[in-house]
Amino acid sequence: MAAAESYPDDLRYHPEHDWARLEGDEAVFGITWFAQDALGELVHFEAPEEGAIVSKDQSYAEVESVKAVSDVIAPLSGEVLEVNSAVTDAPETVNEDPYGAGWLVRVRLSDPDEVDSLLDLEAYKQHLVDA
Amino acid sequence: MKLIYEKSRPGRRAGRLPDHGLPVPDVPEELRRSKAPRLPEVAEPDIVRHFTELSTRNYGIDTGFYPLGSCTMKHNPRVNERLAALPGFRDLHPHQEEEGAQGALRLCWELQEVLAEISGLDAVSLQPAAGSQGELTGLMLMRAYFGERGEDEQRRKIVIPDTAHGTNPASVTMAGYELTPVKTDPRGNIDIEDLEGKVDEHTAGLMLTNPSTLGLFDENIEEIARTFRRAGALMYYDGANLNAVCGISRPGDMGFDIVHINLHKTFSQPHGGGGPGGGPIAVAKRLEPFLPVPAIVRRNEGYGFDYDRPQTIGKVRGFAGPFGVFVRSYAFILAYGPQLREMSEVAVLNANYLLARLRGAYELPFDRLCMHEFVLSARPFKRERGTTALDVAKRLMDYGFHPPTVYFPLVVPEALMIEPTETETKETLDAFADAMLAIAEEAAEEPDVLKGAPHGLPVGRLDEVKAAKRVVVRYGFEEHPDLSGQPAAAVVQAPKGV
Amino acid sequence: MSYLALTEADREAMLEEIGVSSIEELFVDLPAGVRLDRDLDLRPAMTEQELTAYFEELASQNAPVGAELSFLGAGMYDHYVPAIVDTVLQRGELLTAYTPYQPELSQGVLQAIFEYQTAICELTGMDVSNASGYDGTTVAADACFIAKHATGRTKVVLTEATNPQVRQVVRTYAPGFGLEVVEVPHRDGATDPDELRAASEGAACAIFQHPNFFGVLEPAAELAAAASDAEALAVAHVDPLSLGVLEAPGHYGCALAIGEGQSAGNALSYGGPHFGFLAARSDFIRRMPGRIVGETTDAAGNRGYVLTLQTREQHIRREKATSNITTNQTLLALGGLVYLSWLGPEGLREVGETCMALAEHAKNRLGLPLLFADGTTFKEFAIRVGRPAAEVVRDARERGVHPGYALGRDYPGMDDVLLVAFTEKRTAAEIDRLAEVLAEVQAL
Repeated sequence: MAAAESYPDDLRYHPEHDWARLEGDEAVFGITWFAQDALGELVHFEAPEEGAIVSKDQSYAEVESVKAVSDVIAPLSGEVLEVNSAVTDAPETVNEDPYGAGWLVRVRLSDPDEVDSLLDLEAYKQHLVDA
Repeated sequence: MKLIYEKSRPGRRAGRLPDHGLPVPDVPEELRRSKAPRLPEVAEPDIVRHFTELSTRNYGIDTGFYPLGSCTMKHNPRVNERLAALPGFRDLHPHQEEEGAQGALRLCWELQEVLAEISGLDAVSLQPAAGSQGELTGLMLMRAYFGERGEDEQRRKIVIPDTAHGTNPASVTMAGYELTPVKTDPRGNIDIEDLEGKVDEHTAGLMLTNPSTLGLFDENIEEIARTFRRAGALMYYDGANLNAVCGISRPGDMGFDIVHINLHKTFSQPHGGGGPGGGPIAVAKRLEPFLPVPAIVRRNEGYGFDYDRPQTIGKVRGFAGPFGVFVRSYAFILAYGPQLREMSEVAVLNANYLLARLRGAYELPFDRLCMHEFVLSARPFKRERGTTALDVAKRLMDYGFHPPTVYFPLVVPEALMIEPTETETKETLDAFADAMLAIAEEAAEEPDVLKGAPHGLPVGRLDEVKAAKRVVVRYGFEEHPDLSGQPAAAVVQAPKGV
Repeated sequence: MSYLALTEADREAMLEEIGVSSIEELFVDLPAGVRLDRDLDLRPAMTEQELTAYFEELASQNAPVGAELSFLGAGMYDHYVPAIVDTVLQRGELLTAYTPYQPELSQGVLQAIFEYQTAICELTGMDVSNASGYDGTTVAADACFIAKHATGRTKVVLTEATNPQVRQVVRTYAPGFGLEVVEVPHRDGATDPDELRAASEGAACAIFQHPNFFGVLEPAAELAAAASDAEALAVAHVDPLSLGVLEAPGHYGCALAIGEGQSAGNALSYGGPHFGFLAARSDFIRRMPGRIVGETTDAAGNRGYVLTLQTREQHIRREKATSNITTNQTLLALGGLVYLSWLGPEGLREVGETCMALAEHAKNRLGLPLLFADGTTFKEFAIRVGRPAAEVVRDARERGVHPGYALGRDYPGMDDVLLVAFTEKRTAAEIDRLAEVLAEVQAL
């Protein structure tokens, strides 16, 4: 069952419809409600390897529905510590709970200052209106 | 209905082989088949009935109107089937010596000549197996041409408009090039301003479908050609929509250097449920040395193959190409002769007639006369009552028609891309227009009728999400899963056609 | 002749509805400079009767396999095609449909492709097959593309005993794919696993034909193991009609199995159209090129078939697609399915055994030196004819027999070698005739 539209205020957002939840020098990444709604029910998550280096604004994974495939953009740079195997096994978890059980990867940040360039909730909502 | 494997019974069979009474030599044990493949074990009547029943669950041009945009679903003349089955063609071995294949080689050579005339270019290779392979071959020719000039390293970019078929960008990647997308302007032409900054000394070429997938002829084609010429780049013509302009405007005269021709579209090779096709390419003189081998040539002593082409890119498929396709398409061309022009004129007339009848009921994103096809949008229906292009497509099935291409081109939301072709009667066009108008009314008044469509077909709308997640792509015999108990997902709106 | 349907009255009514006075006005968007201001220079239109006469004349200038006694093979084979194949392929609902984009109107083609995929998986011992590739050469290029992306490596290995056209097509595609091609020579007609292992170091895949181009059975399992030792994908290029007798590539460690489908129910047709097949272990399903049909259900639980995993394909993934292929060879693949259903598992084994038996009989009967004396062969073998083979072909054809393929055009040092093929259509009496003619022309 798809989740209702929501954008938590404890997250930072990337204009490509990705989010980051900061936890010390680590962060958890995912895609926003808007992104999963545009894609439709996900059928595949092409995850990075654990240990992979990801760079801010670059693609680090792919998500697929039956009608579309989308690069997943890293909101911040760092090293992948963990991939959410619940999403690998059941990609629709992202549709059901994009900010909770549907997180994608946990990353150790290499440049925590990058956070300053991300959008806060208000700025992301404005971005959605503008787009 | 059952799969043919589910009709199989051990020990039943159809075909028998002659007994030559010769001993069968041993196969070394490590190479011997350990477990027989589970092919169907069925009698001949079972096979006939099985495939006859399958055919009744399928819709072809022979069944009815099939306005699948950009696919040119025109009538397939039956004489062409008979000609391709003449034993002198059908049973001719491709390694037969040239002296034993003069008729076939002459046919190929003559087809090359007429395709050069139709495209307005100098030399033709029949080898590519389909349009997309023609594209890839054309891009390989560009690389060879620039390689010869020492510019291959420098010229890495291919410009493609956002209305292009997906094959164009896919071919670019396969040829080792990089993609430079260019936008479409409000009239449906290439956005000249966007283009200006994107063509330079790093550009290898342009790939353009003209008329475009919007069914519109680019009014600025001469200026576009000048832009690429100035930059020293080449121009590739995707012939998917050649049915609009045969004998009226030739790609070579528009300034293109390389063209592929879809024999299964413009020249009526039956589409066969997905193939075969044929994708010959025609090129300007300066690209001829790089064409695939063998070239088919006429010599004093007759027709033959020429392998002595030191600058050739090589070979893109086996032998000289899909010969049976050549027989059918050449017969089609000879039936028309110079009246191919009338063929295209009527294709354009039919499309404009349908457009005129439908324009009030559907959104028309680019309000111009069209060429052989046009694109409507169902966006207002979606906004007002939640019905979509997919719903319109499915409802058309209830009226007895094959739907148009939907959700393509990507630049038009809720797109319905309609190509009637030249072989339909006015009565058929009117019946289709009446159905589309009735559906537009239903979309406003009884949207659930559309959402429940189609009715009375072997299956209703199928669950594509389930297919992508469970991934059952072959029969599993005793272990075959039963998917009927799995929950259904929503039906998906994705490109269908082209 | 034309296939147009509009009357003059129709045209006038339609122009009026459009709001223009002539067809010419519909082309207003075409600049004058790009219009053709003359008629196409083509011969005048022909009627159906004239077309038939002309094409019959062209066809009569060819020597098809029925007109002479032919032992030509070398990748294309004169196997028997049962009438039922024509019957099915001429069903208009199948012949004149396109790619099954709308599954409710296309269950016939979709189910047939699903059954075809099943047959190919059964033949090859693989998990997944696509809906067909263009032919036996292009599927080899496809295999290289899969292997490159699966392994991240940029070298591909081919055995020299693989069909020369397959190798040439791979070499043609390679620069665009960013691949380097390495060939492993044959040793007395077969490939040495140790040499293949060495060449496969750092390679994305190793492709070997089995039975190979000379008709010789390769040490297939050892070759697959050699490639796998080097962590290259083992790819077998196989003849579908050998797979009732020979082990399935999936059962001896291959990652992919590819091949030319012509021998299974497709007419020779001077080189096409035929179909290529490409099957793989399930690991590679998302890297497969082309259409794949999957099973699913509708909302009422009815079983049905759809094109699936389409995000691999060009119309969705565009420049990141696994291939640009769109139009494929569905009708020919359907011919293959009908043929394999007609044969069944017993028939498939018998075809293979019959070809082997005839070829073995011919070896003895012809009494000519075999090029490779040691190898076991399947349905063709190479012989030395003591004269330039091209001349032997010419002289034998004057006697109504095409004795085979002159190998010298592909392999240096084999100018006096003929590759002679035996399908189940040949007979002992025809082999007697071949022996007679070869003896005669050898002495010339």
